[in-house]
Amino acid sequence: MSTQSGGYYLPAPSHWPIVGSIGLFIMLFGFASALPGTSDGEMGNMTMMYIGMAIVAFMLFGWFGQVIGESESGKYNAQVDTSFRMSMVWFIFSEVMFFAAFFGALFYARQLSVPWLSGEGNNAMTNALLWKGYAGDWPTNGPASVGGKFEIMSAYGIPLWNTIILLTSGLTVTWAHWGLKKDNRGQLIMGLFLTVALGAVFVALQAYEYIHAYNDLNLKLTSGIYGSTFFMLTGFHGLHVTIGAIMLLVMLFRSMKGHFTAKNHFAFEAAAWYWHFVDVVWLGLFIFVYWLV
Amino acid sequence: MSDHKPSGITRWIFTTNHKDIGTLYLWFAFIMFFVGGSMAMVIRAELLQPGMQVVDPLFFNSMTTMHGLIMVFGAVMPAMVGFANWMVPMMIGAPDMALPRMNNWSFWILPFAGTMLVSTLFMEGGGPAFGWTFYAPLSTTFAPQSTDFFIFAVHLLGFSSIMGAINIIATILNMRAPGMTLMKMPLFVWTWLITAFLLIAVMPVLAGAVTMMLTDRNFGTSFFDAAGGGDPVLFQHVFWFFGHPEVYIMILPSFGIVSQIIPTFARKQLFGYASMVYATAAIAFLSFIVWAHHMFTVGMPVAGELYFTYATVMIAVPTAVKVFNWTATMWKGSMTFETPMLWAVGFVFLFTVGGFTGLMMGVAPADFQYHDTYFIVAHFHYVLVPGAVFAIIGGIYYWIPKWTGNMYDEKLGKLHFWLSAISVNILFFPQHFIGLAGMPRRIPDYAVQFSEFNFMSSIGGFVFGATQLLFLYIVIKCIRGGEKATDQVWDNPEGLEWTIPSPAPYHTFETAPQIK
Amino acid sequence: MPASKITKKLSSLICMALVLIPGLAFADYELNLTESVTALGKEIYDLHMLVLIICTVVCVAVFAVIIYSLINHRKSKGAKPATFHESATVEFIWTVIPFIILVIIAVPATKVLLKIEDASNPDLTIKATGWQWKWEYEYLDNGVHFFSNLDKASNDARQLGSKTDPRTVPNYLLDVDNPIVVPVNKKVRILTTANDVIHAWWVPELAVKRDAIPGFINESWFKAEKTGVYRGQCAELCGKDHGFMPIVVNVVSDSEYNDWVASQKKAMAAAKASAGKTWSKADLMKRGEEVYNASCAACHQANGQGIPGVFPGIAGSKVATGPVEGHIDIVINGKPGTAMQAFGTQLSPADSAAVITFQRNAFGNNTGDVVQPSQISR
Ligand code: HEA
Ligand code: HEA
Ligand code: HEC
Ligand code: CUA
Ligand SMILES: [Cu+2]
Repeated sequence: MSTQSGGYYLPAPSHWPIVGSIGLFIMLFGFASALPGTSDGEMGNMTMMYIGMAIVAFMLFGWFGQVIGESESGKYNAQVDTSFRMSMVWFIFSEVMFFAAFFGALFYARQLSVPWLSGEGNNAMTNALLWKGYAGDWPTNGPASVGGKFEIMSAYGIPLWNTIILLTSGLTVTWAHWGLKKDNRGQLIMGLFLTVALGAVFVALQAYEYIHAYNDLNLKLTSGIYGSTFFMLTGFHGLHVTIGAIMLLVMLFRSMKGHFTAKNHFAFEAAAWYWHFVDVVWLGLFIFVYWLV
Repeated sequence: MSDHKPSGITRWIFTTNHKDIGTLYLWFAFIMFFVGGSMAMVIRAELLQPGMQVVDPLFFNSMTTMHGLIMVFGAVMPAMVGFANWMVPMMIGAPDMALPRMNNWSFWILPFAGTMLVSTLFMEGGGPAFGWTFYAPLSTTFAPQSTDFFIFAVHLLGFSSIMGAINIIATILNMRAPGMTLMKMPLFVWTWLITAFLLIAVMPVLAGAVTMMLTDRNFGTSFFDAAGGGDPVLFQHVFWFFGHPEVYIMILPSFGIVSQIIPTFARKQLFGYASMVYATAAIAFLSFIVWAHHMFTVGMPVAGELYFTYATVMIAVPTAVKVFNWTATMWKGSMTFETPMLWAVGFVFLFTVGGFTGLMMGVAPADFQYHDTYFIVAHFHYVLVPGAVFAIIGGIYYWIPKWTGNMYDEKLGKLHFWLSAISVNILFFPQHFIGLAGMPRRIPDYAVQFSEFNFMSSIGGFVFGATQLLFLYIVIKCIRGGEKATDQVWDNPEGLEWTIPSPAPYHTFETAPQIK
Repeated sequence: MPASKITKKLSSLICMALVLIPGLAFADYELNLTESVTALGKEIYDLHMLVLIICTVVCVAVFAVIIYSLINHRKSKGAKPATFHESATVEFIWTVIPFIILVIIAVPATKVLLKIEDASNPDLTIKATGWQWKWEYEYLDNGVHFFSNLDKASNDARQLGSKTDPRTVPNYLLDVDNPIVVPVNKKVRILTTANDVIHAWWVPELAVKRDAIPGFINESWFKAEKTGVYRGQCAELCGKDHGFMPIVVNVVSDSEYNDWVASQKKAMAAAKASAGKTWSKADLMKRGEEVYNASCAACHQANGQGIPGVFPGIAGSKVATGPVEGHIDIVINGKPGTAMQAFGTQLSPADSAAVITFQRNAFGNNTGDVVQPSQISR
């Protein structure tokens, strides 16, 4: 019962959003119920959260499936395409701002709070009375050495490799795009495959790095402000790489099914933009988290 | 398929129609206004007299907290999005919002987020009791378990707002009818375009703030803990980077509504349209660089205090442009005072009062004395209640004939206005005095020298609250029936929404109108 | 200072004009910013008045124009709408004028701010630490150290359903058991910090308000020019009893101040000396109940039931009925990362012993244990 008015496709009433809302609610309610509430407590039962996640996944399949169907059957005109493009751009902008909060925390700690704890600025008394002897060198786990002595992650091992991997994957996805624009399916599929593979390697290396940090360096989420910023920034980035890789994987399957045309392939481009965004965030991470310590 | 409306409850749950979704937003906001207002009544009842009579201090704090949160996130913001949904497509000649399905999702997350938020009140240890600003570490290490639910409720609210804002931007930038250039758009559309940008820029930052809270609480990070090298004040910076633009998110669409109403009833074109647009943009820009004026007493370096003072008071300049332009629009007009105009004029007066106290507080050395007193409470209620809420109510009176096809009861509408305008001043004006005289905010009990003004304020509050029941009655009465509205409704108003029938058909502008 | 007299008069007038209805009925109540007893505070007051007057004048001017228009430019009076809708000139003028006004405000604001933030060369330094919900004071120059709680009369009257009329309690909610005492005409520097959450140290008449941030120290200062008792309150939401942690500053002459310091030192020595004494169980229980109500009941509640989910009950508590060592440990050292504070620094050994004894034998806990001050190692 959808309307095709003036060419702009207006979808019929849909049950997917309410399914999504219920799923999100169950997922987050379940997660909150399972949380320990204190940093030394234990996680509780997560069943409810998994149920919610399953519902959300079901919704995503259904909703995106429907959109893909509509798109492939040619219901979307150029104006709809523009709406999608704008939305994706602004969505990525919102993600940038989300990361900005954590980068902000990192800069604040490095430039302000840690120096203040060591007595800089108008905080001579802070250091003299509360944290005597704390020098405030970065990286730090704070004047109380929260989490105990740790070693930092060197920028020149895995992180450098990961930088190269992500930058290369940015190239492969562009190469795939060229392929699509030239109607060269082989190049498209190959490029996407390489990109997804590089993404997977990136995530695997990141996981390995975390294990190394926990087991060998005593660098943990609980290692004061350095550990906090390190793991939150790289962790959320890793999550975004995973999401981006899944998006590209879907594009890979769709390409193999023969979706997209040389002119019309917004979904592919959206995934590619997202991938570039993830890439750029990584450069910021590499510079400020790993390199300039 | 010209005007087919699905029926039954699924119409509302599955709807992809911008008018239905607008209605849902507005009703949600209305209900939350009453929920948050009831909490305010608890606050005012406890503060009626010195001594503790009604609730215990912990519950009082959660009333304050929930009142602030619900009014901001549950009442004012959704009401504004409701207006955007209803009016933006109609004002720019679009058939619907750009992404109708996502539009539904943006709304339907809200009731779930609201449920999650309110459910905390019934959990062991009580609901959030750390103020709507939830400063760490009171909200991290020293908060009850229910705080994690609060955090996710905020995540959901943010998610909904971001999607809603994306939709509005895409609609405005992409769905305008041919000939509707940006500088021909009604001012309401302009204010929402800029507001949507603010939302997308700051809601994710709020999400970041609560995420850091979450990990500080549960997973041992040290963002807000000096022992680990963090800083409790970092939380305040992140929060207010969101929080200050947030208050303009609530007021810019109000400016837009008032800028629609005044020209109609002055029978004169809006004065200085272009400068209104630039002023809105300037306010939005400045709102990103003034956040620490909420934190003058945290012990910032003096250079920071000076910078934030200068930047803050600068906001008075573009806001002055707005106030003067409204004045100039009325000047030499041919005014009549139907109910919407009364609310709009009330807005101009009382918002200005609130703006001036804001200016006073922007001056750091003086704010040291005002900070965290009832002077602040008076300030922000002046800009929010006779500010944002008056604009919302005025907007409802202005457009409800278009929405329902019926005229509201003009006599009752005027009564509603006068009762509200008088009681709101009895409610909030005395708070300036008790604030200056030294009564801190967020306290359930006070020294006896503040008794008289608190008493007065509470009485004003009860009257104002009861008056809003009248509003509910007027709205329901108007939906049920009444004098039929003409298509134009008012005396030759400007704008595409007045070119279509009243009530507005379910689908409008299926073929785009041509704008000359 | 006659200038501030005039401004005071003016301000009352302005406020009355603004408030229309209520102002007249309450003319003898404080309407304006509290006047300060420090020179700097008077400058702040004058700055406040400057901005207030500017705002009032502009406000009245704008309102006058609007009201004129509302009265004269109405349709019922036959007004025909004009057609003008922009004018670059007037728009420019009313952008520039506010800007100039702001500059006029910014100049004195900057001057006053720079003075406020100059806490150098103090005559006396006091460290004020906020705790949930009391203040701890340490005189860094002479070692005087004590805690300052809401006084008992107010504390009893402020309980929900206490039936005491607050109006009968002198200085209701603004009185403490141990006020801080400072000499007149001396630059006193206050170092604020906190033990748990953020508090704020505020005394209106001294024109000082500064947040107390856990882990950081903020500086502020005042130089009181008049002896007297000045009262203030915690000004940052700090949890349940945020409204009940007042501040009282007693400004006295130099000699009175010196006497006070001497007596404080004597009292501190006496408390130390009493640590060896052995108490009877009845005395411990009696003293323990007093201490409990003053220091513990805010969280664990007068009936020992606590607040579920926030503060555990003492009645039937595993700690309060388990091994004595564990109980002593949590009371003396607190539990880091929770609201349970280390009371070892707050209570004398005798008081600690008394309150532990009390907790172990009240609210249905009957361990029969007696804890003596000598068992409190510290
Ligand atoms: C809709 C919401 C809204 C709006 C529009 C405003 C507008 C302004 N606010 Fe307000 N504010 C809040 C909502 C809002 N505020 C809230 C909710 C809080 C409290 C949060 C909390 O702590 O819980 C707060 C707190 C707050 C503080 C912190 C106080 C403290 O905690 O110590 C400050 C300090 O600078 C401030 C300043 C301002 C300024 C300068 C403006 C300016 O935009 C006002 C500009 C308007 C005018 C100035 C009037 C019109 C101008 C003229 C007629 C021209 C003539 C002008 C000149 C004389 C130059 N606000
Ligand atoms: C848009 C936002 C908004 C709105 C509309 C309001 C509306 C009102 N507020 Fe709000 N308020 C805030 C935002 C808002 N407030 C914020 C952000 C805070 C700070 C919170 C914090 O410190 O963290 C605050 C804090 C705050 C305080 C300070 C609490 C404290 O510091 O301890 C007080 C005290 O008087 C108060 C009162 C009121 C009253 C009486 C109304 C009235 O206008 C409400 C009127 C509406 C109704 C009453 C509902 C409709 C009627 C009924 C349901 C029928 C029943 C009526 C009767 C029984 C009479 N508010
Ligand atoms: C500001 C709040 C506060 C005050 C005041 C306070 N307590 Fe506590 N107390 C707590 C909290 C919170 C806990 C729980 C700590 C935890 O998580 O284990 C606690 C735990 C305890 C326990 C252990 C109870 C159990 O079963 O785990 C004892 C015993 C105790 N407090 C004694 C006292 C005594 C004695 C005083 C006063 C001299 C006092 N408390 C004052 C907050 C407070
Ligand atoms: Cu301590 Cu508020
Ligand atoms: Cu602000």
